[in-house]
Amino acid sequence: MALQPYASPVQRVWYYSFRVICGLILFFLIFPIMVIIPLSFNALPYFTFTPGMLAFEASAYSTEHYRDFFTNSDWQSAMWNSLSIAPAATLVSVSLGTLAAIGLSSGKAPFRGAIMAILISPMIVPLIISAAGMYFFYSRVGLQGTWFGVVLAHAALGTPFVIITVTATLVGFDRSLTRAAANMGAGPVRTFFKVQMPLILPGVISGGLFAFITSFDEVVVVLFLGSAGQKTLPWQMFTGLREQISPTILAVATLLVTLSIILLATLEILRRRSERLRGMSPG
Amino acid sequence: MADATAGDGIAPEENRSASGLLLSADGTPLKNSIARAERRARIRAFLLILPLLAFVMVSFIAPIADMLFRSVENDIVADTLPRTVVELQDWDPASGVPGEPVFEAFYADMLDATEAKIHTRLGSRLNYEESGMSSLFRKTNARRLGRIDDTQPLAPQFEKIDEDWATVEPWAILKTFSARYTPGYFLQAADMKLTPEGVESVDETQQIYIKLFWRTIILSLTITCSCLLLGYPVAWLLANLPMKSANILMILVLLPFWTSLLVRTSAWKVLLQEQGVINDILVWIGLVNDGARLVLINNQIGTVIAMTHILLPFMILPLYSVMKTIPPSYLRAAKSMGANDWVAFWRVYFPQSIPGIGAGAILVFILAIGYYITPELVGGTSGTFISNRIAFHISTSLNWGLAAALGSLLLILVMGLYWLYDKIVGIDNVKLG
Repeated sequence: MALQPYASPVQRVWYYSFRVICGLILFFLIFPIMVIIPLSFNALPYFTFTPGMLAFEASAYSTEHYRDFFTNSDWQSAMWNSLSIAPAATLVSVSLGTLAAIGLSSGKAPFRGAIMAILISPMIVPLIISAAGMYFFYSRVGLQGTWFGVVLAHAALGTPFVIITVTATLVGFDRSLTRAAANMGAGPVRTFFKVQMPLILPGVISGGLFAFITSFDEVVVVLFLGSAGQKTLPWQMFTGLREQISPTILAVATLLVTLSIILLATLEILRRRSERLRGMSPG
Repeated sequence: MADATAGDGIAPEENRSASGLLLSADGTPLKNSIARAERRARIRAFLLILPLLAFVMVSFIAPIADMLFRSVENDIVADTLPRTVVELQDWDPASGVPGEPVFEAFYADMLDATEAKIHTRLGSRLNYEESGMSSLFRKTNARRLGRIDDTQPLAPQFEKIDEDWATVEPWAILKTFSARYTPGYFLQAADMKLTPEGVESVDETQQIYIKLFWRTIILSLTITCSCLLLGYPVAWLLANLPMKSANILMILVLLPFWTSLLVRTSAWKVLLQEQGVINDILVWIGLVNDGARLVLINNQIGTVIAMTHILLPFMILPLYSVMKTIPPSYLRAAKSMGANDWVAFWRVYFPQSIPGIGAGAILVFILAIGYYITPELVGGTSGTFISNRIAFHISTSLNWGLAAALGSLLLILVMGLYWLYDKIVGIDNVKLG
């Protein structure tokens, strides 16, 4: 909405003050995330800017907290735990979720509404309730405190995202393509991998990214389900924040922000590719 | 697939049966063929869904069902003291301390229980209902039971172990909680308790759960309102700017959305500290005296600020997607017909954006009401939610039944809101990113 040339002074004032207000709100959104980046390079173990930092003295900055992260055994084992649990959970949710999404979008699925409600429920139920239920149930069957139990739980939490993104991609999928493939003699498996999969791949990958980040960031469920051997990065951060807050957390936080920037960029590229494939202009 | 190939009435003459029914190539009536093909397609679709459905049922729905079950389950009394429970059935608390048969049954049950070392577990369970039961059962241990001479009357000997056994109270509690299913945990979650005389509300000083539920709801509403207040202008700006600049500003909304919850919470923990960046800035500007720095963390203010920041994208995104569909020409039309800016906005634009407000507000409220991590880290004691109490009962007080009952109540609340969300927005319209 551009400012009209005939706008009255009041309208002009409102136009600019509205933009200032929006700017402040956007600043509120981004400031906390951005401020931890310089703070993580603080040479002293403080959580605010030292006079030296404000004067841009090189000696006031250091990468000490990053060195701590990469050498401290607690943080390292937490990182490797996260890096083994999240991909495993993602693999389970993507493979099962994609199949189910194809079934759900065929238009022939019986009890679609009820099934959809069940499959989406892990996303809706508050995490503390999922965590409580899983803790009770998994202790009964001996999965509490095991790597497998945590993966199972995270996979369940990630599937709704796969279902939603893949179903959304399938809305634009031209079904006559699979019929054409079948007509030319391709079996269902071959049709799936050669025709359908390449076209819905952007949706599958973004669903996978959602599932990955869900597991990678998840802390409530792993807090209850995991034992010390499954301590993940968010769990370690949670303990650090609750007990003795150390500046290493800021270094970890900065690394995680970098990771989310990469993920966000990947998703954006995928979205544009998917729209191009569907013949829509990227916007 | 040889069936279902015949079109509408253009089938060749030989594909008709004597009675004039359309036939498919293999000679079956076309109707049956189509029905079979449809059925096959349905089965195929269902088989594709089945693995995930089974997986979610086992890994997610079963745990939730288990939690609901645990909130009423009370097997422990009947399993630990089977004979006593049977004997107590005919006993009336009004008639005084139970007679010798009950003591005999109790003695036999307790011998088994102490041998299996499960009598203290029963004590802890009953202690949730009446304090003092735990120490009573711990006192009645194998050593003391061993001194009992079962040829003599048992009641006086139990009185020697603990004089409470000679009163009506412990027996009445045992009888009240001898059923395999109990509403006791739910009553506790509503600040009431089941007593031998019926349902009573607990002492005013011990009523915490109703207050906690209210606090959770009020804080969640505050967070929802502040998200709406902050989200509406931004969503409007994003929806009305040219695509290119809107996309750039959108990054500022999506980056926090994609950043780990722990990262954002730790950022606020660092910023809001007494010696943190925000207080430093306020002191530097001169708004706040150095000696009187604001207490922004470990209270309700901390929870509201941090959670508003965390949930704001969930408000902006649905608002944006609805506002995107409102044609800007409507506003121009209103203005050309003489409405001023405010009237045009309030009477024309705002009503059309209400679906977005509904979707965003319910989404933020549903998410807020079940939050655990952020209130735990920045909420102190006054800014915690019902979730924190559930976690406390699971991991610290080990009163799993009460945790399950609180969780079930929260689940019912969220499901109600979710149903509302489904009515307004529809599950299928959930959009991500």
